[in-house]
Amino acid sequence: MAEQTQVLRIKRQETPNSEPYYEEFEIPYLPHHNIVSMLMEIRRNPVNRKGKRVAPVVFNANCLEEVCGACTMVINGRVRQACSQLANGLHGPATVEPMTKFPVVRDLWVDRSKMFDHLKKARAWIPIDGTYDLGPGPKVAPDVQQFAYLFSRCMTCGCCLEACPQFNSHSKFMGASVIGQVYLMSQHPTGKMNLDERLDAMMAEGGVADCGNAQNCVEVCPKDIPLTTAISAIGRQTTIKWLRDLFMK
Amino acid sequence: MPGHHIIVGGGLAGLTAAMKLAERGEQVDLFSIVPVKRSHSVCAQGGINGAVNTKGEGDSPMIHFDDTIYGGDFLAHQPPVKAMCEAAPAIIYLFDRMGVMFNRTPEGLLDFRRFGGTKHHRTAFAGATTGQQLLYALDEQVRRYEAAGQVRKFEGWEMLSLVQDESGNCRGIVAIDTRSLEMRAFPADTTLVATGGPGLVYGRSTQSLVCTGSAVSACYQAGSTYANGEFVQVHPTAMQGEDKYRLISESIRGEGGRVWTYRDGKPWYFLEDMYPAYGNLVPRDIATRAIHKVVFEMKLGVDGNPLVYLDVSHLDPVELNRKVAGVLEIYEKFSGQDPRKVPMKIFPAMHYSMGGLWVDYHQQTNIPGLFAAGECDFQYHGANRLGANSLLSCIHGGNICESAMINHAKSHKSAASAQIFDQELKRQRESFDNIFKMSGPENAFAVWRELGDIMTENVTVVRYNDKLKATDNKLLELKDRWSRIGLNDKGKWANQEVLFVRQLWNMLELARPITLGALNRNESRGAHYKPDFPERDDANFMKTTMAAWSSDGPRFSWEPVDVSLIKPRPRRYDIDKSAA
Repeated sequence: MAEQTQVLRIKRQETPNSEPYYEEFEIPYLPHHNIVSMLMEIRRNPVNRKGKRVAPVVFNANCLEEVCGACTMVINGRVRQACSQLANGLHGPATVEPMTKFPVVRDLWVDRSKMFDHLKKARAWIPIDGTYDLGPGPKVAPDVQQFAYLFSRCMTCGCCLEACPQFNSHSKFMGASVIGQVYLMSQHPTGKMNLDERLDAMMAEGGVADCGNAQNCVEVCPKDIPLTTAISAIGRQTTIKWLRDLFMK
Repeated sequence: MPGHHIIVGGGLAGLTAAMKLAERGEQVDLFSIVPVKRSHSVCAQGGINGAVNTKGEGDSPMIHFDDTIYGGDFLAHQPPVKAMCEAAPAIIYLFDRMGVMFNRTPEGLLDFRRFGGTKHHRTAFAGATTGQQLLYALDEQVRRYEAAGQVRKFEGWEMLSLVQDESGNCRGIVAIDTRSLEMRAFPADTTLVATGGPGLVYGRSTQSLVCTGSAVSACYQAGSTYANGEFVQVHPTAMQGEDKYRLISESIRGEGGRVWTYRDGKPWYFLEDMYPAYGNLVPRDIATRAIHKVVFEMKLGVDGNPLVYLDVSHLDPVELNRKVAGVLEIYEKFSGQDPRKVPMKIFPAMHYSMGGLWVDYHQQTNIPGLFAAGECDFQYHGANRLGANSLLSCIHGGNICESAMINHAKSHKSAASAQIFDQELKRQRESFDNIFKMSGPENAFAVWRELGDIMTENVTVVRYNDKLKATDNKLLELKDRWSRIGLNDKGKWANQEVLFVRQLWNMLELARPITLGALNRNESRGAHYKPDFPERDDANFMKTTMAAWSSDGPRFSWEPVDVSLIKPRPRRYDIDKSAA
């Protein structure tokens, strides 16, 4: 009996400015393989389907448990983490491509540093007085914690941006994940105190008003974060703040 | 003038130190292979220990201290462990203030759950992604200092080696940009290595792909003592996988999960049977050995495979989702089965290194100016780490090194000669030029698989001296074959293979003190178990293994353990600790 195999059609690109091309690899099939373990298999034997020895495919991956966000790729046209895409869910040859909204470093590795810059712009942190011992934090009701926790699991993986029609390499829109983080900060009793600073960032260029309401973000979020809830809440709050600023002047 | 510090590694320990140093007005250069938010700390699931005693159980930092020392089988120096346990409640409060969404009691207070090796509800948790939540809070605080210009991040850079002056002081590092492969020397007053564990030395483990131990190995090869390397924790409950062994957190048992297998056609809850006092919440080394015994000696693995059940199907799914959804989702995603309905199939996997770089009580290594914190130091867990103590020790280590680092910076202000940086840079460039020339028949990733397989087989749960010797011989063979590796990728841009070849060498170097440390230790203590020497031997082995690198292999010496605070006593979990 012929050995069962899995074919991966991988979009490759040697440098940020070189032409991309597709290359196919055939890997012995194991039901518990996932895209990352198959890429690791290619590293052990980097021979393409034409039998040619090639440079192993370059990719980013770290935790392999879908909590770090590193291995985000486009698999059969859908953005997701590669580690949790099992071989037994592929049903035939699979196309693996780098995310399209971020600059390619090489092969499947993209540069998402822009997302971290956005977190800086949005001042997405709780400005504590200091790290010395100041006793317990504020009380938080269990239902508030449960709700906020949904947003605190955002891995900055960029799926929401890949799927967003408003986000691309030349637009200023910061996208859903950072809005989710601003919303998360507004749920915390201390974070609430500085909400205005973050709303300013959300009202500036690339802020919440640039959302086109396509709602793709919430569809593709691997952690099922209710991003559209955050977008509409922050949208409302920026409107209120805009009116307030108008009358306070 | 503020001191200038290098931190290598952006997990909990590294980010804590960065935050503390920046708060004191110091300048920090932070190096990390991955964006710091993707560090391995995100994988920690269950929680962080601190005797806050909000459950009216009479818990206290002293009981936490005793549990930790007892759980570690009396191999950890006691004063720093005591200091850590005393600091724990304030650490949890700090993270609470920084916005970590810890689970709450109905009154809105921090909720705590039970973990292995204790009778108290002492573990604060944020769902089952506590490490991720703590890391994100630190990431946010450090970003605040980055925005203020006090922290410079070098993400996508890997440390290659230390730069030392004529007197052996650490004066900075040489690092490489993993994209452009540009190498640079970075001077600093002090350097903190916080690069986590050496999971990849074991091939597949519960650790992330960056956990090669390569930076630690570079420090060891530069003269930094590697201590207690033989103490490697094998976590009892992990999913088997082609690429890694995915952790199924101890919190699953903390919330009522039970371990069992079939015996005579009926479920046998063997941990509850063997250890009635602690049941499913015995420490990890105990649970791991019990599973090994049931599977290999008694041949009672599920369907004849090396697997047993971890079962939560009897628990309320709503409560499970509130407290451990993150773990159950991982199992569901990677196995396709819903653990709320069907028992999980698990087996032990390499998880954590108790050993690491030797540090003093201020986290300084024996190389002046070089500090270490987090999993890569050896200080806090003795022969076995208790669950939910790792997040604590990472943060505590990162917390306390700050003063010693600032003092060292003040007292070593004289500039180092430019020559030492040029020399080290030249040495590293030559080493990479040589790797680029490699054209032998061996594949680096295949050699790595062999390394992982033999280390997993012989240097984990059960250890025999003849097999340890054979393993060391195999390591020498693999080092020899390393030189016959052929590069498939000759590219000068984002070449991951060339970086891996170098990491692999460092893994092979580090595997030796781990293996030979185990060979030397003829006793059983904590995670280190030799059937030929089944008892703990305090007279001969209550001491720290200290390995110093030499070109002929590790040279060993031993340091007495400071047991001045709690008198060593036999460690048993079949009866209550207070009765033992």
